[in-house]
This record gives sequence, structure tokens and C-alpha cells, in this order.
Amino acid sequence: MTATLSALMAVFQVNPVPWARAQMAFTLAFHIILVPLGVSWAFMTLIANYRGLRHNDRDALTLAQRWSKYMAVTFAVGAVTGTVLTFEFGLLWPRFMGRWGEAFGIPFAFEGLFFFTEAIFIAIYLFGWRRLKPWAHFWTGVPIVLAGIFGSISVVAANAWMNAPAGFTLDSAGNVITVDPIQVIFNDSMPWQAAHMLVAAYLVGGFLVASVYATGMLRGRRDRYHYIGFVIAFTVGAVATPIQIGIGDGLARWVYSNQPVKFAAIELVPTTSNDVPETLLGHLNDDGTVSGGIPIPGLASWLSDPSTGRATVVQGLDSVPPDQRPTVRQTNIVHLCWDIMVGLGTLLFLLSVWYAVSWIFRRRMPASKLFLWLAAASGVLAVITMEAGWVVTEVGRQPWIVYNYMKVEDAATANTGVWITFFAVVILYALVGTTTILVLRGMSRRFRMAEGFTDHDTPYGPSELTEASVKSEETVG
Amino acid sequence: MSTAVAVVLLLAVVAYAIFGGADFGAGFWDLTAGGPERGQHPRDVIERSIGPVWEANHVWLIFIFVILWTSFPEAYASITLTLFVPLTIAALGIVLRGASFAFRKAVVTLRHRRTFGAAFAASSVLVPYCMGAIAGGIASGRVPAGGQAGDPVRSWINPTSILGGVLAVAAVAYLAAVYLVWDARRLDEGAMVEYFRRRAVIAAAVVGALGIIGTFVLRADAPYLFDGLASRALPLIILSVVCGVAALVLLVRKASRGARLLAVVAVASTILGWGVAQWPYILPETLTFSAAASPTGTLGTVLIVVVLAALIVVPGFVLLFVLDQKGLLPEEGVDEEPVVDRPTIQ
Repeated sequence: MTATLSALMAVFQVNPVPWARAQMAFTLAFHIILVPLGVSWAFMTLIANYRGLRHNDRDALTLAQRWSKYMAVTFAVGAVTGTVLTFEFGLLWPRFMGRWGEAFGIPFAFEGLFFFTEAIFIAIYLFGWRRLKPWAHFWTGVPIVLAGIFGSISVVAANAWMNAPAGFTLDSAGNVITVDPIQVIFNDSMPWQAAHMLVAAYLVGGFLVASVYATGMLRGRRDRYHYIGFVIAFTVGAVATPIQIGIGDGLARWVYSNQPVKFAAIELVPTTSNDVPETLLGHLNDDGTVSGGIPIPGLASWLSDPSTGRATVVQGLDSVPPDQRPTVRQTNIVHLCWDIMVGLGTLLFLLSVWYAVSWIFRRRMPASKLFLWLAAASGVLAVITMEAGWVVTEVGRQPWIVYNYMKVEDAATANTGVWITFFAVVILYALVGTTTILVLRGMSRRFRMAEGFTDHDTPYGPSELTEASVKSEETVG
Repeated sequence: MSTAVAVVLLLAVVAYAIFGGADFGAGFWDLTAGGPERGQHPRDVIERSIGPVWEANHVWLIFIFVILWTSFPEAYASITLTLFVPLTIAALGIVLRGASFAFRKAVVTLRHRRTFGAAFAASSVLVPYCMGAIAGGIASGRVPAGGQAGDPVRSWINPTSILGGVLAVAAVAYLAAVYLVWDARRLDEGAMVEYFRRRAVIAAAVVGALGIIGTFVLRADAPYLFDGLASRALPLIILSVVCGVAALVLLVRKASRGARLLAVVAVASTILGWGVAQWPYILPETLTFSAAASPTGTLGTVLIVVVLAALIVVPGFVLLFVLDQKGLLPEEGVDEEPVVDRPTIQ
């Protein structure tokens, strides 16, 4: 048996590094879609809950009750995919964790704490609908929001540490001998990155939820329930968008000062110079020239430091040896994703402005069909924007896993079977993703049929419609 | 300080086994409950007893990993490099299990329920087996020190690992059956009380038999662990046996309430015994806890987080428990059914 297995394993000797990278990228890309819902949906639910109690608004209360149940499903899937990530740190990057775990791992200790808190209070909130006094129940939702905020800050602190490693000393052999946890957590990159991801969570969560209700409205469900659902969620997204652009601008300038090579990849700058154009689209060639795209003269220099304007010098890719910068292909990915992020972000900003102007001048949301179409697309667009931004920061850091300290290829596992686990993970996640959407849709359909709040035997959704439950709904509602 | 963190690590393993283990064990009984009609009744009890917030139990596993990689990174690297295959199977099993359980609750048609139910039940058995096999590989000294990979196959297909895997499945099934007796009683399901009581007795007998077989396996295959169990850890093992036998007696005499606590103590003291037996090694005979430990800055932070967790999480748990015991508020409508979802654990 063991001999057969060994022989079988020998057949599949494949370089694990690209597969480990692909698997990590895939699982993170999946998990990051659930993160905004876990972080910001509780906040939106509390807004609806507050409105429901304060103004005795039956629709808002129903909305809060249903949202809390959807939230439980997405939280469950997020918890599972998050658990897989903790396996993967070790399974895919054992040498990274073995050498840097004592520093890099610290933020995760806090994340675990917040995750636990969030899980407990989601349970309390779900249970509390029928067991607590209304306002006491409302307050049990607040820890979910706080835990979501601090949990995501903790995780991003770990990622920021990879961009700006700090808080440790090394011996001559390169082993970590002392650790300063405060400096690890509050590393240079952490405030910018944490703010950027946190606001992204509200932006994406808001637009994602709003897009569902916009779709419902386009299908003719123009009742008050859909209206409130849309307005709460879209307002959260629309408020977050301009804030996000401001933070993004600050973060880009931080990258310009602290990760010049990543910045060069973002702006497609092959050689160090001043008066660098901002190239829209376009690509880098193997010989180091840039072709295609629309260059806006001097804009990249000007944005990097407005005080020196077009004279600002931007470091080029060739300022470091080829083995310390992203490859040409990676550079092109970074630049394209940057353009996607900025482009779609701008689009979402314009949509938010439209919404705001309509509220200011007409005291209502835009009535036009075009707006609803765009709003219905805004969820997917926001997710793409976030994914693109995440690719920029991750691929832009290549070839480093710990910036200037350890390369990705030195961090990966030696197990040659990673390509198999990659396919297993992709198939399983595709299944989980599809089922999640089907289940949420199924819940929504049953909620619509039930027209009320029933939670007898399916804690994640209303039970199948039976005569008895219809009757009890009529008497209760 | 590394000793304190090692104790926390061991306690987290115990918590995962007792709280998470029961969920896995319930999956075992789900798997063996028979066809959709015959098995419907026990499955209903199982579904209610696990409760909607099962995912909170993943936190124990996450804590174990986080403590390992922050406080003993060298050992963590060795373990993940060597035991790549069973860890991967466990990870995939957790995804399948978690997702399918949540979805089974959310879908309504029988066909869908069966598909998700089968995935849930099968992975519920696979995951504890892998965990037990991993523990066996570590305990029998098959994971080398220094962030090195050991034998990728024999590290988890070996006598101690097989013992560990089978014992883990049997132990979680035992725990779950004991809890389910209690749940069935709360649900006032007399037939189900008897159903799970019988299974608890059988599972207890199997665990006991495995324990006896295990003595011989460990003496031959994991001498360091065996010596530790026969000396340092002997009081814990005796405690485990006494509690196990007492629980069995109570189960046979249909006194399930005391049996629950005794069963927990029996399983917990076995795991503690494992930890004490392989002390001072995290990887027996090659790497000690103190040699693998991170700098004090890291260990101190981990301990602070543990204290914070106790301060924040315990009140939350208490609130959840109180809510669970509390009836529904009359003005918000009353369910026809008694409140049975146990919120998190057990």
C-alpha cells in the first residue's frame, strides 16, 4: 500500500511554486468576496433594525430579520473558507511560516479573537429575534459590527507586514531572535492598507446588497420593502466610495515612497525619470519599452508628489536587478489591474454622485431605468474593483513574500502534489460558490412566498410553506 | 513562558475535541442512520442538536494553528511539510462538511437534503480520522525537527496513526451519542433517547477495546509515548478509564445526565494524557517545546490574547447559554415547537 502510494506520488513530480501561488490566489480571491458581507452587512442590518424600531417600520424590521439570516449563510461559508486559509499558510508556505511565523502570525492571534466574538454575537443576534427585548436585541448586533471591523484590520495588518516588515531583529543566520508585537501590528503600511480594505468592505458590501434589490426593482418589485433595502445598502456604498478614493490616493503615495518597484509596475515605468506620463492601458514589452495605451503627459509624476509637480522623479523598474522586481508579465498584470480598479472605481464614484445629486435636489433616489441598470451591475463591478486592487498589491510585491527579506520561491512547500490539491480546491470551491448562490436565491424565493418571518425548523431560512405556517403568519402578522 | 503557551495549546486541542468533536461525531451517526425514512427521526434530532452556529467551533482549530505558527513555527513547518496529505484531506473535508451542513438546513426538498446530507456525513468521519492520524504521526516521532519534511506516506499510514484515526472517530462518535441522549430527552423523544443510549454504550465499548489494543500498538510503535503514558501521564489515564467505566455504568442504568460530564472528562483526560506523555517534546525525541518556542515578545502576546479571549468570549457564551434556556418573548409570537437549538456546542 505505502509502496504503491510512493510510486504514485513519484509520477506527479511537478514544481509546486506556481501551483501553490495559484491555489493561494484562488482561495483568497474567493474568500475576499465573502469578507465585505461579513464586515458590512451587519452594519446595514442594524440600520434597518434601528429604523424598524425607531419609526415602528414593519418593512425595515422584516428586512433586518431576513438580512440577518442571509448573513448567517455567508458568514458560515466565509468561516469555512477562512479555516482553509489557515491550513494553507502551512501547507503551501511552510518555510515562510517556519521562519517568520513568530512575527507574521501575531495579527492572526487577534483576528482569531475577533472572529470568535463575531461568531458568538451573530448567533446571539439570530437567536435574539424572539428571545430578547427589541432594543436589547439591537445592541447585541453592535459587537458583530465591531468584531468585523477589528478582525479585518488584524488580517490586513498581517498582509501589510509582508509589504513593510518590521518589529523583529535577526541573528547572523537570518533567524528571528526578538519580536516587538506592537511594531509588527502597527507596521508602516498597516494604517493605509487597513483603511483601504475596511472601506472597501463597506463599499463592496453596500453595492453588492443594493444590486440585488435594484435587480428586484427592475423586475417590477417596486414595493417599499425593496426600496428600503436598496436605499440603505446603496447609501452605504455611495458614502464609502469618495472616502475610498481619498484613501487609495494616500496609499498610492505611500507605495511611491516605500515600495518604488511596485509603484513602477503600477505606473508602467521602465526607467527612472521625471515627467512620467500616466499610461492608460498599454503594456510593457520584453525589451523594456512601453507600447500601446494612452499616455497622459506628466500625470504620474504630478500625482506622486503634487508639490514638485511634473518634475517629480519616479523610480523605474530597472532601478533594481531583474530578480528583485516583477517579471514583464507580472508588471503587465499589475498595470492592467490598476487601470481596472481606478476605472471601475471612478465609474462607481460617478454613480454615487448621480445618486447623491438626486437626493439633494429631488429628495428621492434617481428614477431612471438606466440608473437602476447600473446599480444592478454595481455589485459585480465593485467585486471586480476590489479583486483588481488586491491583485495590484499582491502581484506588485513579487518576487517577494516578505518585502526585501524572503522570496516567494524560497517560501513554498516542497510537496510536488500541490497541483492536485489545486484542482481539488477549484472544483470544491466552484461547487460551494454555486450552491451558496442557489441557497441564497432559494431563501429569497421562500421569503417572498412566506411574506413574513418564520423560523421554525430551518434556522438559516424560512421553512417550506405549509398551511399551518401560513395560518400562523396571518395571525401573527 | 513556552510551558504556559504549550498548556494553552493542549487545552485548545481538548476544546476542539470536545466541542468540535461532538459535531463530527453527530455526522457519524447521521451517516449510519440508514435510509431516508428509517433515518429521518435520528437525523432530525442530530440536526437540532448541532444548532445553527456550528461554525463557531472552527475557532478552536484556528486557535490551534495560530498558536502553533506564532509560538512554535519550526514545529508547524515540519508538521505541515510532513503531513501534507492528511492535512489537505482534512481541510477539504471541513469545507465540504461545513458547506453541506449549512445548505442542508437551508434547502427543503428531500433530494437536495440527501445529497448535502451524504456529503456532510461522509466528511464528518473523514476529518476526525485524518486529525487522529496526524496526532499519531506526531506522537510516534515521525515528524522530524528543523522545518524538514519527513516521510510523506509513512508519517500518517502507520500503526499509531491508524490507531489515532480510528480512536478519534470512535471517541467523537461516543461523545456525540452521549450528548444526543441528552438532547433527545430535552426534545421529549423517548424512542430517540433509547436509540442514542444504545449507540453510546456500543461506542463506549468500542473506545474501551481500542484503548486496550492501543496499549500494545503504542508499546511497539511509539515507545517514548508509551513510556510517558505509563509514568508521567498515568494518573490522567487512570482518571480517563475510571470516568469512562463510570459513564458506561450510568448509561447502562439510564442516568444520562451524569454520563455526559463523565464522558467529557474521560476524553479530555486522554488528550491531556497524550500531551503530558510526550512532554517535554512537541515533536517527540527531536524537538522540545522550549527549543521550538518563539521569542518572548510573541509568546507574551499570545498569552495576552488568550486572557482577552477569556474576558470577551466567556460573557458571550454565558449570554448565548442564557438565551438558549430562556423561552420566547410572548409579544414576538410563539413557536409551536419547543426551543431546542443548542446554540454553539456540546
